[in-house]
Amino acid sequence: MANLQSDFIGIKSPNPFWLASAPPTDKEYNVRRAFEAGWGGVVWKTLGLDPHIVNVNGPRYGAIWGADRRLLGLNNIELITDRPLEINLQEIKSVKRDYPDRAMVVSLMVPCEEDPWKFILGKVEDTGADGVELNFGCPHGMSERGMGSAVGQVPEYIEMVTRWVKSHTRMPVIVKLTPNIADIRGPAAAAHAGGADAVSLINTINSITSVNLDHFAPEPMIGDKGAHGGYCGPAVKPIALNMVAEISRTPELQGLPISGIGGVTTWRDAAEFITLGAGNVQVCTAAMTYGFKIVQEMISGLSQYMDEKSFTSVDQLIGRAVPNISDWQHLNLNYVAKAKINQDLCIQCGRCYAACEDTSHQAIAMSDQRVFTVKDDECVACNLCVNVCPVEACITLEPMAEGTVDPRTGKVVDPTYANWTTHPNNPASLTAAE
Amino acid sequence: MAIGELVPGVAAGRLSPDKYAENFSDLHAPLDAHEALVAADRCYFCYDAPCVTACPTDIDIPLFIRQIATGTADAAGITIFSQNILGGMCARVCPTETLCEETCVREVAEGKPVQIGQLQRFATDHLMAQNAHPFNRAADTGRRVAVVGAGPAGLACAHRLAMHGHRVVVYDGNAKAGGLNEYGIASYKTVDSFAEREVSWLLEIGGITIESDKKLGGDLNLAELTDRFDAVFLAIGLAGVNALGASGQGKAGVRDAVDFIAELRQAESYAQVSIGRDVVVIGGGMTAVDAAVQAKLLGALNVTLVYRRSRERMNASRFEQDLAAAKGVRIITNAAPVEISGNAAVESISFEYMDDDLTPMGEIFTLRADQVLTAIGQTLGATDLPSLTRGRIAVSQDGRTSVANVWAGGDCTGLGDDLTVTAVAQGRDAAEDIHRALGA
Ligand SMILES: Cc1cc2nc3c(=O)[nH]c(=O)nc-3n(C[C@H](O)[C@H](O)[C@H](O)COP(=O)(O)OP(=O)(O)OC[C@H]3O[C@@H](n4cnc5c(N)ncnc54)[C@H](O)[C@@H]3O)c2cc1C
Ligand SMILES: Cc1cc2nc3c(=O)[nH]c(=O)nc-3n(C[C@H](O)[C@H](O)[C@H](O)COP(=O)(O)O)c2cc1C
Ligand code: SF4
Ligand code: SF4
Ligand code: SF4
Repeated sequence: MANLQSDFIGIKSPNPFWLASAPPTDKEYNVRRAFEAGWGGVVWKTLGLDPHIVNVNGPRYGAIWGADRRLLGLNNIELITDRPLEINLQEIKSVKRDYPDRAMVVSLMVPCEEDPWKFILGKVEDTGADGVELNFGCPHGMSERGMGSAVGQVPEYIEMVTRWVKSHTRMPVIVKLTPNIADIRGPAAAAHAGGADAVSLINTINSITSVNLDHFAPEPMIGDKGAHGGYCGPAVKPIALNMVAEISRTPELQGLPISGIGGVTTWRDAAEFITLGAGNVQVCTAAMTYGFKIVQEMISGLSQYMDEKSFTSVDQLIGRAVPNISDWQHLNLNYVAKAKINQDLCIQCGRCYAACEDTSHQAIAMSDQRVFTVKDDECVACNLCVNVCPVEACITLEPMAEGTVDPRTGKVVDPTYANWTTHPNNPASLTAAE
Repeated sequence: MAIGELVPGVAAGRLSPDKYAENFSDLHAPLDAHEALVAADRCYFCYDAPCVTACPTDIDIPLFIRQIATGTADAAGITIFSQNILGGMCARVCPTETLCEETCVREVAEGKPVQIGQLQRFATDHLMAQNAHPFNRAADTGRRVAVVGAGPAGLACAHRLAMHGHRVVVYDGNAKAGGLNEYGIASYKTVDSFAEREVSWLLEIGGITIESDKKLGGDLNLAELTDRFDAVFLAIGLAGVNALGASGQGKAGVRDAVDFIAELRQAESYAQVSIGRDVVVIGGGMTAVDAAVQAKLLGALNVTLVYRRSRERMNASRFEQDLAAAKGVRIITNAAPVEISGNAAVESISFEYMDDDLTPMGEIFTLRADQVLTAIGQTLGATDLPSLTRGRIAVSQDGRTSVANVWAGGDCTGLGDDLTVTAVAQGRDAAEDIHRALGA
């Protein structure tokens, strides 16, 4: 078994799987059980000032499902902790004392003034916690009060608060970013400038998951009204991965550690975040859907993968995919592939045909016997058929060997790399200008 | 050349090689990778899952299925083997319809359980195909344990003891290790010499020596074993069989079903195994069904399974009864054998109808038979043992017997159901208790 030991900005944990700040970490009972189940660390449910906030007393969640009612996306209108500050602090102290090897980070959200931050940081330091996370991400309720994403959407505020926090504590500081923004690099740079030790992302995305068509109100409904909530779960992973990648590949942000959050459900999701530059991952919805035990699969899966790839530490995986994240304009236009249908695996459903014939390039032939084959002279290798086929690996995209002729274009496959910047059709291209 | 099904008497070579191969192929073809993903996707990852409770070896079923679903079948294999080192065989032979799959919430809700057995086979096959034993031995403790009987109970115990660093010698009265996995389980459940391959794979842990053709009560005696070893684990299964108690049972053509199956399992080719044209199997358990089905697969024209009580009381599960029926076995219930007739060899057998309390109903019928296979229960059939209770070795929950430093498990104890998986659980648990005792 590979060693999964993790050191994130000096905070050590036996594995890189932390629970994100959310209901799974909102009290001692949960966190103890999470540690028993094997979680490497937690970010405690966001603390605020007393009098503590209150939550709605009706449904907090909405959801979307895939086949077989598999939960794919969760939406919530829960606020930060609704328990008194002192109780949370006592519990944090007691859990950290009993689990010294696990990461204990405390999430914080107080008004945008220096004193409240100074006040609460002192309190957290007394608990022996390993670090703090600044919640600049909550997109509902708290943002109406000028906190959460209301801060996270204004880089100047992020920088200012981060600076205050850094000046009032020696604990490592993680700034949690909101995805409800046009370009994540701005907030990340602001956190960096303010002295943050790391950023974590993403918090939840503004969303309405469904509308009740009898009562004409967004769901979940509190009586006859609904409010937008924050979206999370497997459905948000692609958005989160991209935001992590954007930060990882920005030269000015090099060396800014990232805690990856958003839809992590399996070891594979975690490995993907890590290869895109995350130093660890945080999980909320998967634990809320399946319970704490899923961490066992994450641990066994990541270590099997690392063993197979001969990685001996998680550090070796961090950012491994970053050099291969490219701008579109630098993709190789001389790379040519063709879809290929494995007739032994094909179950002749015709989905690839419908997709290609109706909406793409009319590159799949269908015989009277329902045999589906790719027409190489039409196939542009778009990958749509691969993605709609119900059988994994039944359709594959096979690169064409150099020197062979692409029957669609009649051109010989050129082994040299050439991208849009030099393409003759590009009005701005250098070669075209000559 | 195939002589066909119509030839009377007990004869070999009834079918063509192709037909034998088809008949004795895998009962359930293994899942391919796509089927495994689809099947795994159905699991709800239940909390405190009922399927785990129903598994005698407590395999963490939701975890291993999730590991398959996330593309780490080898991790799934380790999850299985860490609880049940014969998880590969159990995936093939467990009556899942009365164990894990019976309690699966999707069986209860929809009548369609998650295919736990098949998924277990997918994962264990995947890991075993890596040709690397997944467990390591702890440092040698210098302690030595004798295991008597190399069936599932003995092997599971030996493996767990070896993992803990003890040295184990396994004695078995038979030529090959594996117990009923090798000599008893129906051929179509364990094709391609799986039992033999599994034993060699299991032994790769190291620290285990197998000594075959060594019988307790013959070559070995218990007192000498307890002298020479720090502990002894008895896992001798049930070597004896019950007698039929009908007149004429000595006639040629009347045979014990376990013996018939052992011959079939060890035969170099199915064409060498003789089978009657009209076969009557007596009994209502797994052995009876296996004998009847395999008689049919060997080319018997008519196979009738006769059980003295009702269908509901049969030990063979509904699935197995249906399997027999699907293979063309006729099942007659509530009838007990009265007399076997014929000159030297059996020609027919008569039965009397019975109610469920075995009160004769006064009506007799006769079946034509050139072969009668009896499967009416096995007995301990060994001597030089600790105290018995109800014909089996008396043990505590941890497998301790009446003799100090002697443990026992598996069929020879009657502690649980006579199943492969139960034997594995008892072997493993006794090993843990022995380990604790040796550490003290
Ligand atoms: C025909 C048949 C079909 C079956 N099918 C299934 C099935 O499909 N699924 C299922 O779960 N269970 C099945 N069972 C039951 C299952 O095989 C047994 O419950 C299981 O094998 C018991 O394991 P064991 O280790 O206790 O004994 P065994 O498997 O019987 O092994 C005992 C070992 O001890 C050896 N031995 C016996 N006496 C001595 C002695 N005096 N000295 C030295 N060695 C000795 C034997 O040679 C043997 O190797 C079947 C049983 C039979 C008979
Ligand atoms: C019910 C609920 C409450 C949450 N509360 C908080 C919170 O108090 N502080 C915070 O920083 N994030 C909070 N989050 C956001 C999560 O920590 C996490 O960033 C988000 O859910 C994305 O991860 P996931 O896809 O694994 O769920 C909450 C999420 C949910 C579902
Ligand atoms: S999950 Fe628990 S607390 Fe929430 S609505 Fe259901 S029963 Fe109530
Ligand atoms: S979608 Fe896949 S399975 Fe269906 S016809 Fe096309 S290749 Fe075959
Ligand atoms: S009971 Fe069925 S659905 Fe639930 S964990 Fe077990 S196999 Fe999966």
